[in-house]
Amino acid sequence: MKTSFLFSKPVRVFLTSTAGAFIFLLSAACGNAHAADAAGQTVNSGDTAWMLISTALVMLMTPGLAFFYGGMVRRKNVLGTMMQSFMILCLVSVIWVLWGYTLAFGPDRGGFIGGLEWLGLRGVGQAPSPFAPTVPHLVFMMFQGMFAVITPALITGAFAERIKFSAVMVFTVLWTTFVYSPVAHWVWGGGWISTRLHALDFAGGTVVHINSAAAALVAALLIGRRKGYPSEHMAPHNLPLTVVGAALLWFGWFGFNAGSALTSNGLASLAFVTTNTASAAAALSWAAAEYVQRKKSTALGAVSGAVAGLVAITPAAGFVTPISAIAIGAFAGVLCYSAVNLKSRLGYDDALDVVGIHGVGGFWGALATGLFASKLVNPAGADGLFNGNPSLFTAQAVASVSTIVYSLVVSLILLKVVDWTIGLRVDEEHEDVGLDLSQHGERGYYL
Amino acid sequence: MKMVMALIKHTKFDDVRKALTDIGVQGMTVTEAKGFGRQMGYKEVYRGAQYEVRFLPKVKIEVAVPEEKLEDVLKAIEGSAKTGEVGDGKIFIYDLKDVIRIRTGERGKEAI
Repeated sequence: MKTSFLFSKPVRVFLTSTAGAFIFLLSAACGNAHAADAAGQTVNSGDTAWMLISTALVMLMTPGLAFFYGGMVRRKNVLGTMMQSFMILCLVSVIWVLWGYTLAFGPDRGGFIGGLEWLGLRGVGQAPSPFAPTVPHLVFMMFQGMFAVITPALITGAFAERIKFSAVMVFTVLWTTFVYSPVAHWVWGGGWISTRLHALDFAGGTVVHINSAAAALVAALLIGRRKGYPSEHMAPHNLPLTVVGAALLWFGWFGFNAGSALTSNGLASLAFVTTNTASAAAALSWAAAEYVQRKKSTALGAVSGAVAGLVAITPAAGFVTPISAIAIGAFAGVLCYSAVNLKSRLGYDDALDVVGIHGVGGFWGALATGLFASKLVNPAGADGLFNGNPSLFTAQAVASVSTIVYSLVVSLILLKVVDWTIGLRVDEEHEDVGLDLSQHGERGYYL
Repeated sequence: MKMVMALIKHTKFDDVRKALTDIGVQGMTVTEAKGFGRQMGYKEVYRGAQYEVRFLPKVKIEVAVPEEKLEDVLKAIEGSAKTGEVGDGKIFIYDLKDVIRIRTGERGKEAI
């Protein structure tokens, strides 16, 4: 008590409330120990080791995305852009523990959202959960948390180079709560897409890519074009950084897709192989399309193709053969290349092509799962159209379109709320100066 | 005295420097420059977005020469910077009024 006299009143209040929160969390943690005893399921060390590593791999994707995006903007915005991804990693990590996880994976409420029973991770402990019966519930929670992190970070590519840092932070809190958590619940948390529609999404094509791209589309339209777009020179300022970012994304994606097997077994190895194969095929097909059209394959094209392939294989990774993965990836490369080229004719400014790559690639991946899925590959999955089951294809389309509609509408509302309260866009002068100086008071390069 | 200012290709810079030092030129000023001439620019394409790059990088060399050495210097630059392609650059020659060596205060030809 004595020490608190050293501090001013607001600081004392802060310290007291922090201590209170700490005690709450501590008691929640003690509660977990009992839950562990009661559950009685056994933790498998091999599965747990793989899932811990996968979680760390997926974590690395968000800083990888920061490099990927950071290299593509102009030099005056490099830190501002990287900072958005990095701080979303921090912000969503905390939200996920406090209320994000329970909204997504807590006990089902009408197929739409999880209940608040696991608020602050109460009851989420070292014993396994039904979601992943051989790894600690905490590991499953954190693995899922990394997906929640990268999804809003993907959106930042749409409004790059012109949004306020504070707006990104506030929007991320709202979007994670009202869009990401419900959609994750529909697909993985026991909600309607998995239990009633029986659509397949192995590693998050719908939850992560289609979902973020729909929000990105609204965001790009609402915030408007960058000043000077498309007449001014807005070429990427550091493509080597983008190549490094794409490489990190590819590397992390092994955790994303193969980790989504939730066990260290044959299914994980299948997802690992399909992931690598699709990414490679898509990079080749994008680069080839460029060569056919302009007689030059570009580095930006090759790495964009690799990412498009990763996006497309994500929902299918554990349900298709490696040969199907080549088809899915190769088509994704050409399709996303065409989509990105089409953007300049449509006139809206999705600065870093979130819609063209994650939206188009994600939608193709969801449909492709409905085409190529095979029960011979994964008995827990389903057969697709090419294996005689048209109903899966329909379910995939319904799941994708529902997610797009929900994300479009709710993202629009949330963006409007942020715009009316603190404002989304930096003023013109700040946009000219760049986000690095105007938002953060520093610059990326001194040369 | 003359001031010779040559705008040349980056790839030819080493050849030009060698050709000039071979005929006894003892000093030059080199600047990274950008500009356009008949060569015009070129196009860059990033994910389908095309950008016209109008100014190309060149190396600017400035050499002060006494009247009697002028033709040798011009020949040396021309001979070493030429590829025969559009974009080889240009040489400009100005009259040079005076030169001062700061250390000694020498003026004119002696100071070059």
